[in-house]
Amino acid sequence: MADGKPTTFTLNCPVPRVADDRIVLAHGGGGRLTHQLIEKIFLPAFSNPALDQRHDGAVLPLDGLTTDSRLAFTTDSFVVRPLIFPGGNIGDLAVNGTVNDLAMCGARPLYLSAGFILEEGLEMETLRTVVKSMQEAAAKAGVKLVTGDTKVVDKGKGDGIFINTSGIGVIEPIADLTDGFERARLQPRHQGPTTTGALAPEGRPAGDAPETGGAPGLAGFARPGIATPQIGPASVQPGDAVIISGDLGRHGIAILSVREGLEFESPILSDTASVWPAVEALLNAGIEIHCLRDLTRGGLATTLNEIAGDRNVCIMLEESLIPVDEVVEGACEILGLDPLYVANEGRFAAFVPETQAAAALDVLKKVEVSQGSVRVGKVDEIPGRTVVLQSRIGGNRVVDMLSGEQLPRIC
Amino acid sequence: MKFLSEYRDQKAAVQLAQAIRKRVTRPWTIMEICGGQTHTIVKSGLEDLLPREITLVHGPGCPVCVTPIELIDKAVAIAARPEVIFCSFGDMLRVPGSSKSLFDVKAEGADVRIVYSPLDALKLAKTNPDRQVVFFAVGFETTAPANAMAAWQADHDHVENFFLLISHVLVPPAMEALLSSENCVVQGFLAAGHVCTVMGFEEYVPIAARYKVPIVVTGFEPLDLLEGILMTVTQLEEGRHEVENQYSRAVRREGNRPAQERIAEVFEITPRQWRGLGEIPASGFQLRGRFKKHDANLRFPSSGEPARESPECIAGLILQGIKKPHDCPAFAVKCTPENPLGAPMVSSEGACAAYYHYGRRQTHDVHIELPSPASR
Repeated sequence: MADGKPTTFTLNCPVPRVADDRIVLAHGGGGRLTHQLIEKIFLPAFSNPALDQRHDGAVLPLDGLTTDSRLAFTTDSFVVRPLIFPGGNIGDLAVNGTVNDLAMCGARPLYLSAGFILEEGLEMETLRTVVKSMQEAAAKAGVKLVTGDTKVVDKGKGDGIFINTSGIGVIEPIADLTDGFERARLQPRHQGPTTTGALAPEGRPAGDAPETGGAPGLAGFARPGIATPQIGPASVQPGDAVIISGDLGRHGIAILSVREGLEFESPILSDTASVWPAVEALLNAGIEIHCLRDLTRGGLATTLNEIAGDRNVCIMLEESLIPVDEVVEGACEILGLDPLYVANEGRFAAFVPETQAAAALDVLKKVEVSQGSVRVGKVDEIPGRTVVLQSRIGGNRVVDMLSGEQLPRIC
Repeated sequence: MKFLSEYRDQKAAVQLAQAIRKRVTRPWTIMEICGGQTHTIVKSGLEDLLPREITLVHGPGCPVCVTPIELIDKAVAIAARPEVIFCSFGDMLRVPGSSKSLFDVKAEGADVRIVYSPLDALKLAKTNPDRQVVFFAVGFETTAPANAMAAWQADHDHVENFFLLISHVLVPPAMEALLSSENCVVQGFLAAGHVCTVMGFEEYVPIAARYKVPIVVTGFEPLDLLEGILMTVTQLEEGRHEVENQYSRAVRREGNRPAQERIAEVFEITPRQWRGLGEIPASGFQLRGRFKKHDANLRFPSSGEPARESPECIAGLILQGIKKPHDCPAFAVKCTPENPLGAPMVSSEGACAAYYHYGRRQTHDVHIELPSPASR
């Protein structure tokens, strides 16, 4: 009560009580309930000067941006079911997923937007849990959520919560890091159509790929005062070592274990995490990074196939070097899945020159999110567009792109 | 991992491969029956370790491959009914019927769900009493006990909205059909370990004697397969034709008696159509007696539309080991994993899908030759 006195009055007000334990359509109507949602849930969680303006868009400072810096911009949508799973929920996934896409460009994540599509009837407590996780993940990744949107759809037209996040990051020049260290000359591998639009597949900025055989010095070398060479598939070349930042398959199996009601002796937690600290450590150490890719949907196998295809190279893997937790491996055996194709949310592959592989591993192992880093293979010239795995028993097989989803086998 | 890594050990694999090489004096063609074994062979690159004299032929033990197209069509038709929840193991969803797959009909709005056990489907029936829940009960003897148990439990609990669409097939009649064909190229068999876990291996003894072929009950890990091949080759070189058990950690001579009893209570033997092979007498199971009320075939009569196989698909010859996937004019041209004409291109256990991936290695300097029967 406003006067602070305890009340013994128990009759209910005849005005219908505003629902506050579940999402109703009016929460997306733009009126009072929408404002309450913003005031009570979103603003307290994400408060920062840009968001607190409550303007239609965020006006952002880009401190320290020089003419050598470049912006990275990405977007991703999250539709995971169940919303809450062992080791995380759709909230930290939505932050980490976009943060990691920026990190894979070598960009320091700065700002995120968040678009929520909520289903009528969603429990407010679930939304609170998700928002809290987003807040924590954003704080951990050092990224600010500066603008957002909420829509509510009829019951049955959504799956609880869908979240879209977009992110802006900055690729800082590495002029003072690379003195006295000459980067390998990048040879164009094929003359085909290249991604020249604003967005490459998967929403990654395409940038200026070094496909112009005439000017190798510009894209392939880092010289004092010149912006960081493009980190991306176009820079992968024969002789690169392939490093992965930890064991595979945790996220996909954590999700499946809930969906399928599987129980394991020790529960498998999703690996959802920001990998920016690992990338930042590599950049700060002056490691020559040719390409970074997160190993999300489709797992390691799909990622490597995309790169092998884009660059017309062969990626050779050794199965015995690829770390898979034994509980994950057991679950994969039971379900008839191959961990190489299972999704991760806190793992990435790094392509670095063979001569720098050991140094890169040293750096990565000192960072918590990548302490399980290991070199799993290398890039060869031929046969192009192929990923080959040497099995534990010493045979070879082609690791192909999946045709559709990985389906559990009958026997 | 316990029961995994010790059967994938490289040193032991190399030793077994050397032992096989030492034994072999001339070419032998050996068929691994089970799709799960084919999968391991492909996944571990096991053929790279074998001497060129050994040709492995992939057998008909892939349930996805041998389920007849009429039944896929029927499954699609049942799944499309609004009152039905259609449950299936995952890899049946992509198998092409005459015009549609279960995936296609799911995209059109049908309630098709992937389950891991028929008992999960039974649970769905109990929690959705206003829906008709149909489980696509395909597979060999390995999956029969679980399906029998689901029918038995449904009967016991009076779950009247639970049905099985059954295409259960049996290994020994298929082996006999292959062996009695005049085109038969198979000289020795790796019998399917998990089938024998349920059924034992006594029923293979007369087959080995009648057709003079060695049969070795074999497991599914790389070392199991190498040891099974070594035992088969040893018999072939010594002119013996016996039934031996490589997979003794899981298989007993008499099999799993309680499972067999449940199968016998629920199922009876019936002739079955095998996709690509035709009808084989006494080669499958159907529900018997009081369990017939759970038979989806009886509950949902056929629409009567005739099934249409792709005329270009030579899956039948491939499943018998007579032709190789490359011999098919549609292979990798009109027929790909994205757009399969026949079932062997669908499952990772299917020979065509396996060869599709291997075919790309023709220009591969890691392997000079294709691990295919023709190249040896």
